Amino acid sequence: MFVWTVLLIVLMAVIAYWAGRTHAAGLVTAGGARLHSLPSYHGLFTAAGAMIGGLALAIAGALVFGAQSFFTPVAAVLGAAIGAAPLYARSSLDFRARNNFERIVLVLLIACSGVAILTTIGIVFSVLFETLVFFRSVSPIEFLFGTHWSPTGTPASFGFIPLLAGTLLITVIAIAVAGPLGLFSAIFMAEYASPRLRTFLKPVLEILAGIPTVVLGFFAALTVAPLIRGSGEAMGFSVASESALAAGLVMGMMIVPLISSLSDDIINAVPQTLRDGSYAMGATKSETIKKVVLPAALPGIVSAFMLAISRAVGETMIVVMAAGLAANLTANPLAAVTTITVQIATLLVGDQEFDSPKTLSAFALGFVLFFFTLVLNYIALRIVQKYREQYD
Amino acid sequence: MTEVRNELVKKRYAAERRFKFYGAAALTLTALFLAALLVDVIIKGIPAFHETSVEIDVKVDPADVDPANLPGGNYDKMIKEAFRAEFPEVTGRAEKKALTGLLSTGGADSLRSMVTADPSIIGKTVTVPVLLGDDADLFLKGLLTEQKTVPGKATLHIARLEGEEGFVLTGDTTGEAAEKQLGLTPGDIVRFKGGAVRVTGVQNGYLKADPVLPPDPSVSMLDAGQWDVVSFSVPEANRRINDNQALWLDQLKSEGRVKNSFSWRFFEAGDSREPELAGIRGALIGSLLTVLVALSLALPLGIAAAVYLEEFAPKNKWTDLIEVNINNLAAVPSIIFGLLGLAVFLNFFGLPRSAPLVGGLVLALLVLPTIIIASRAALKAVPPSITEAALGVGASKQQAVFQHVLPLALPGIMTGTILGLARAFGETAPLLMIGMVAFIADIPQGFTSAATVLPVQVFLWSDLPEMAFKAKTAAAIIVLLVVLFALNAVAIYLRKRFERRW
Repeated sequence: MFVWTVLLIVLMAVIAYWAGRTHAAGLVTAGGARLHSLPSYHGLFTAAGAMIGGLALAIAGALVFGAQSFFTPVAAVLGAAIGAAPLYARSSLDFRARNNFERIVLVLLIACSGVAILTTIGIVFSVLFETLVFFRSVSPIEFLFGTHWSPTGTPASFGFIPLLAGTLLITVIAIAVAGPLGLFSAIFMAEYASPRLRTFLKPVLEILAGIPTVVLGFFAALTVAPLIRGSGEAMGFSVASESALAAGLVMGMMIVPLISSLSDDIINAVPQTLRDGSYAMGATKSETIKKVVLPAALPGIVSAFMLAISRAVGETMIVVMAAGLAANLTANPLAAVTTITVQIATLLVGDQEFDSPKTLSAFALGFVLFFFTLVLNYIALRIVQKYREQYD
Repeated sequence: MTEVRNELVKKRYAAERRFKFYGAAALTLTALFLAALLVDVIIKGIPAFHETSVEIDVKVDPADVDPANLPGGNYDKMIKEAFRAEFPEVTGRAEKKALTGLLSTGGADSLRSMVTADPSIIGKTVTVPVLLGDDADLFLKGLLTEQKTVPGKATLHIARLEGEEGFVLTGDTTGEAAEKQLGLTPGDIVRFKGGAVRVTGVQNGYLKADPVLPPDPSVSMLDAGQWDVVSFSVPEANRRINDNQALWLDQLKSEGRVKNSFSWRFFEAGDSREPELAGIRGALIGSLLTVLVALSLALPLGIAAAVYLEEFAPKNKWTDLIEVNINNLAAVPSIIFGLLGLAVFLNFFGLPRSAPLVGGLVLALLVLPTIIIASRAALKAVPPSITEAALGVGASKQQAVFQHVLPLALPGIMTGTILGLARAFGETAPLLMIGMVAFIADIPQGFTSAATVLPVQVFLWSDLPEMAFKAKTAAAIIVLLVVLFALNAVAIYLRKRFERRW
C-alpha cells in the first residue's frame, strides 16, 4: 500500500502539473495578453498543491485507518485533488505563479536544512530522557564517581570511573601513536614532498582513512594482539590477549590520516610570506618549520588533536573487537581494559528492556560520550574558525 | 672562527636531514601498516574463495526417493552410505562417525539438485561431488597442520602383538636400534599399501605401534620405498582432524577424487552455522537495501540543505546555529546515531528491528553532514559571475541557482555523495544498536524484513570460534574493500573527468 500511495501521489502531481500548465497556456490570447509567469510555473504551482494535499491526507489516512489500509491511497488521491483544485482555479494572466512556487521551494529548502537541527535535538532528547530515567534508580554520584562497573552482576553496580580510565588509556596510546606520525606526515607532505610524491602519498592516507573500522578491528584482534602478546611474553611480560596496547595502536593508525590531513591543510594555510621572511634571515627549512610555521599553525594543530581525541573516544568497532569486557581500573597498557563505547555496544546488542537499569545505563554512557565529544568538537571547530579568519 | 662556524653549519644541516627523515619515516610507517593490513587480510581470505569437495559414486536408491517429492528424498543417507562403502575397513561406530563427519552437513545438496533436475538417474549410480566439512577443507588446504611425508629408508618388519591390538615394528637384524634404523619417533605414522600404524613408544630396540588404518594381515615385511613416514606439525589432540581422518583424506586425494573449485556458494548463500555453507549474499543484499534507503534520503535532503545554506540563507543567528550544528554532527561518534535510532525509530515510532529501513534512516542521518559539507564546497566553487550573468538577463535567484549553479556543482556534489556512500557502506557500530546483528540465514526480501549488512557480517563471523570462519571473515572483508575501492575509484574518476578550474 505504501508504494501505491506514493505512486498515486506522484501520478496526481503529474496530472496537476499538466492541467495547470495547459490551463495557463490557454489564457494567452492571440491579441497579446501575456502571463506574468511561464505556464510551466502555473503547472508546478498546481502540482505542489497536489503533493502537499496528497501527502497530508495520506498521512492522516494512515494514522486513522492504518498504513496497510485500502483507504490510505484513496485519501491520498482525494487530498491531492483537494490541494490542487484551488490553486488550479487561481491561475490567471497576472497571477504570480513563479513567486508563489518559489516561496514553497524556499520553505522546503529551509525545512531540509532544519533536519540537522532535528537530528541534534533527537539525539539530545533520546539520550537525555533515558538517562534521567536511569538516574531515578542509580544516583548520579554513584554513576560518576563509582569505581566498580558490573551492570549484570548481583547487585549490579554502575561506577563509571573504570570505563573512563580504560577509554582514556586507549585514547592516550592512540594519540601517542597518531600524534607524531600524523604531524610528521603532514609536515613532510606540506613542506618537503614534491608534487609528484604528493600524488603518490596522498592516496595512501586516503585509503587508510577509508578502511572501515570493523576491518581495523579484525586486524587488531586477530593479528596485532597475538603479535604483541607473543613478543611481550618473549620479553617476559605478561600480556592480556585483549590488551589495551593492541587496540590503542591500531586506533592510532586509524587516526593518522585525520591528524595528517587536518594539519596539512593548516600548515598550507600559513602564509608563504612568513616562511620567506624566515629564509631571508638564513634559517634552514626545518628551522623555519619548527620556529615559524608550527607556532603560527599551533591553534589549528591543537584543534586537529582535539578532533582526533574525540574520534578516539567515540570509536567503537576496534575496541569492541580488540579490547576486553572486564572493567579493570588500571594504567597498565598490557592489561585488558574496557571502554565506554564497548559497554554501550555490549549492553544494547540483543533484546533490550527499556525498564531495566542495565539497558538505561547504556544511554547514560551515551550521554556522557555525546557531551564529551560535543565539547571537544565545539572548541576545536571554533579554534579552526578563528584561525582561518586570522589569515584570510 | 670559521671552524666553529663550519661546525655549526654542519650541525644545522644534520638537524635538517634528521627532520626530513622523521617525516619520511612517519609516512613510510603508515604505508607499511596499510600494506601489512591488506596483505594480512588477503592471505587470510583467499582460501575461503575456494571450496573442496570429494567425488563419490552414489547409487540413487529408488526406496529413498519419492518421485512425487523429489527434493524431500533422503539424500543424506545415500551419500553417507556410499561414502562408508568407499572405506569398508572402517567398522567401529565412532570411526564411522568420524568418517562421515568429514562431509559437510549440506553435502547432499548437490545430489538433491542433480536428482531434481534429472529424475531419470533414480536407480542408477552417478558420480556426485560432495562438499567437505570445514575442518576437512582446511586440512586439505594445509591450514590446519603441516604434513610431512618422507619415504621409508630401510626395511621394516611389522608383527602383530599376541592377544593385543598393537603392533611391533623392527628393522633389520643389525645391532642398531629400530628407531635409528627406521628414522621413526613416537607420534609418527607409518603408512603403507593396505594400512597405517602410529608409533606409540620405544622399547628394547623395537617400536610399539597402534593401528590407524587397520593393516592387511598378510603384510609383514616392507622394503625401503614401500612405506612412508607421515608426520604432522600440530599434535593430534590440538587439531580438529584426527590421524585417521587425515589419512582417509590423503587417500582420497591420492586417488584424485578431491576437487578444489571456486566457491560460488560464498556469493550465493546466506549466513549459516556451518562455515563451509555460509555465504555473504544475505549481507550484500542487506547492505544494498540499507544504503539505498540512506542514499535516497540523504542525497535530496543534503543537496537541498546545502543549496539553502550556500545560496539563500541570510547571515543570522538561525543559520549560524544550523552551520555549527552540521559541523558538530559530522564529528559525533557514530554509535550515538545508533542510540538515536534505537530510542526514536524503534522505541518511539515502533519500526521493526533489524530492518534495512531503520538502518538506512540511521545511516542517512549519519552521512547527511558529510554530504552537506561536500555539496556546499562544490556550490561555493562555482564562480559568482555565473549567478550574476543569469540574474543580469532576468532570471530569478532560484532560476539562476537551479538552472545554472547547481548543474555546474553537480559533479562535485556527486563525488562527495559517493564518499559519503562509501562511509555508510562500511559503517558498523550504529547498526549494532538497532538489531542488525542477529543471525539471519535468509536473504532479505524487502526493506522491512530482518537483515544484516556486510560489515556487521564481518563482525559476527570474526567472533565465531571455528577456524574456517576466520578465513570467511577475511574473505568478506576483501569483498567489502573491493566495493569501497570501486566506489572511491568512481568518485576519483568523476572528479578528474568533470572537475573544472574557473
